[in-house]
Amino acid sequence: MNRSKRRTGRRHPLATAALLALGLVFTGGAYAAFSTTTAQAEPSPTSQETIEEGGKLFQANCATCHGLEAQGTNEGPSLIGVGAAAVDFQVGTGRMPMQMQGPQAEQKPVQFTDEQVKQLSYFVASLGPGPDIPADSLVNGGGDAANGAELFRINCAMCHNVAGAGGALTEGKFAPPLTNVSGVHIYEAMVTGPQNMPVFNDLNITPEDKRDIITYLQYVQDNRSPGGFELGSLGPVAEGLFIWIFGLGAIVAITVWITAKSN
Amino acid sequence: MSTATTRAPQRRTFTAAASNYIDERTSVSTFVKELGRKAFPDHWSFLLGEVALFSFLVILITGTFLTFFFQASMAEVEYEGSYVPLKGVEMSVAMASTLDISFDIRGGLFVRQMHHWAALMFVAAIGLHMLRIFFTGAFRKPRELNWVIGFVMFILAMGEGFTGYSLPDDLLSGNGLRIIDGMIKGIPLIGTWTSFLLFGGEFPGTDIVGRLYSLHILLLPVILLALIALHLMFVVVHKHTQYAAPGRTQQNAVGPPILPIYAAKAGGFFFLVFGVLALIASLFTINPIWNYGPYDPSPVSAGTQPDWYIGFADGALRLIPPGWEFVLFDRTWSFNILVPLVGLGLFIATVLIYPFIEAWVTGDKREHHIVDRPRNAPTRTAIGAAGVTFYAVLWAAASSDIIATHFKLTMEGVIHSLQALLIVGPFIAYFVAKRVCIALQKKDREIVLHGYESGRIVKLPGGEFIEVHQPLDEYDRWKLVSYESYEPLMIRPNARGKITVGQRLRAGMSRWFFEDRIAPVTKGELEAAHHEHH
Repeated sequence: MNRSKRRTGRRHPLATAALLALGLVFTGGAYAAFSTTTAQAEPSPTSQETIEEGGKLFQANCATCHGLEAQGTNEGPSLIGVGAAAVDFQVGTGRMPMQMQGPQAEQKPVQFTDEQVKQLSYFVASLGPGPDIPADSLVNGGGDAANGAELFRINCAMCHNVAGAGGALTEGKFAPPLTNVSGVHIYEAMVTGPQNMPVFNDLNITPEDKRDIITYLQYVQDNRSPGGFELGSLGPVAEGLFIWIFGLGAIVAITVWITAKSN
Repeated sequence: MSTATTRAPQRRTFTAAASNYIDERTSVSTFVKELGRKAFPDHWSFLLGEVALFSFLVILITGTFLTFFFQASMAEVEYEGSYVPLKGVEMSVAMASTLDISFDIRGGLFVRQMHHWAALMFVAAIGLHMLRIFFTGAFRKPRELNWVIGFVMFILAMGEGFTGYSLPDDLLSGNGLRIIDGMIKGIPLIGTWTSFLLFGGEFPGTDIVGRLYSLHILLLPVILLALIALHLMFVVVHKHTQYAAPGRTQQNAVGPPILPIYAAKAGGFFFLVFGVLALIASLFTINPIWNYGPYDPSPVSAGTQPDWYIGFADGALRLIPPGWEFVLFDRTWSFNILVPLVGLGLFIATVLIYPFIEAWVTGDKREHHIVDRPRNAPTRTAIGAAGVTFYAVLWAAASSDIIATHFKLTMEGVIHSLQALLIVGPFIAYFVAKRVCIALQKKDREIVLHGYESGRIVKLPGGEFIEVHQPLDEYDRWKLVSYESYEPLMIRPNARGKITVGQRLRAGMSRWFFEDRIAPVTKGELEAAHHEHH
């Protein structure tokens, strides 16, 4: 009787769990409230708060290689004058902070929230003038895909392949596939020339032409091949491999089947 | 049959009447009697040539459809078809009509893809068929000439493929032609003249597509068809080869007759090949020219390769180290082009005349209708393995960039490894293949003499454990013991008492071929072994 009394109220066996849940709800709620209040202030290139936040992130995550003043060290280049576009590309695609030294910075899961990426970008932009993050109208398609395709073939396809499937460069470097890259990152790559990519400045390829190139790439991303599976868009190597392994493999299986029956 | 009892005598069915009508006018019955009763030995690998033939038929059928719509002209037009990213782009009529086939003609893309897939299958099937012929020694007398005919067809098939690949006048095909142009121009003295002759002026000119079209749909197919007819005629004349088995001799061919079952099977097989190609063509993109766009001499796409059968030549160019070019007598000597040209030429020539080389080395003038198991001709198999390795390394080199990106390797590492492998690989393959063959022969010998290990352990009354060996039945034994074993030729002086250089060479080659050999089990050995067991 005594024991059953102890099982009610704050002595209830589930009380600990309830307390824990309550605690979590409060903490989570407070955190959510806190983060929404900060999100209300959109990162802006001119806001002092944004730049300060970016500076803190920079000190914590980038300064080891790029230097406390972003002036560059033996481990990493100076970032003064690279512009917001370079940071938005490198950090926004997960290439920076770099995981390890290698032929080139590999893509990995993005380490920061979009907001933090913007803060970092504007901090670096504040150090010296450089290419800015492009306007939405330039990166959301809507251009001339035919013109973009032609420009892509002339300027980009030798490394990235005509269908944007990527390709090899020297010394283990490579041009990555463009099949899953957002328009803004493609644009930023063109104006900043990350890794081994050359810079295509606005005199070289005008912003409208860049928009056309992005339009073409988005067309290719959205419209899969009318001929069926693309085999990686790698061209004749994939086709040859396919016919030898699957085509001829199927045929040989059939020959074995046909002749096996009569034995 | 149950109908036999009720069948009225002398009742003329329609089939009988029709057959009689035709026979009285064409005497076809003698032909049917002769051909229909021909035996065709049954083995899956004997059907590979048929795969090539059937793929060729598919190519003819689909190709005819394509000629209805393709226009082999290099006149410039503005594309106005339905593929958006090429709208308004200047291109040749050839390219525009190929795009129309792909996007605006009902079933056009399917037929185009089927044509291209069938072409890849055609050459691949020829390749596999040739390997079967080579490794089983089916090229020996009396079939040497048929080997040559077949090999010429292989070369022509590559020519057919390359001319077809060049017709759409897209970026990929133009890059391929540019490489051919470069190779031709690399030939000393006549190179530039030949290139101008071929292209009707400076590359790319406005003639080449029309010229390649004539070759592709007229000259090459006609020669191929004639050679196919000759090739098959020889198969009929020589009869088909067969594997050794009881009752099979050098004088007969054992297998089901062509009519009715075999013909029905082969006919059905055509539709299976057709079906496989149709399935592939309907599911998998091949040569998406809309990605490549019209030819323009300036861009080259990453991953630009020829179709697989030209890959070995592309690979040879890629593996040449840099700097093999110098100026002498006011001329540039491009050894980076000449070495692959000459090297591949020698390789091809050696394969072409291999039957004659082997016939000369063995000095065997008899006819051979029983094919070898590859293990029973270790040196030939090893030479074949070396050749296959050489070809495969060149072939892999053509995709060096794709290998580098997909296996996360450096381009230089891939190229240097393949360069080393091109030299060392054939030797390794030769020795490994030869040792494997000889080991397999030894195993066969062991099985013939002592039977299979049954895994059954028996304890004898004296306490001894033995494993019981399962003896072979006579049918299985026949397959293992009936093969040729040559001995190295002795050097003998000729009629004038002299030993010529040719004699020495031949003896040397013969020693190389037959020095290491495992002789088939003789009757005496077999009896002795049986005696020992019982």
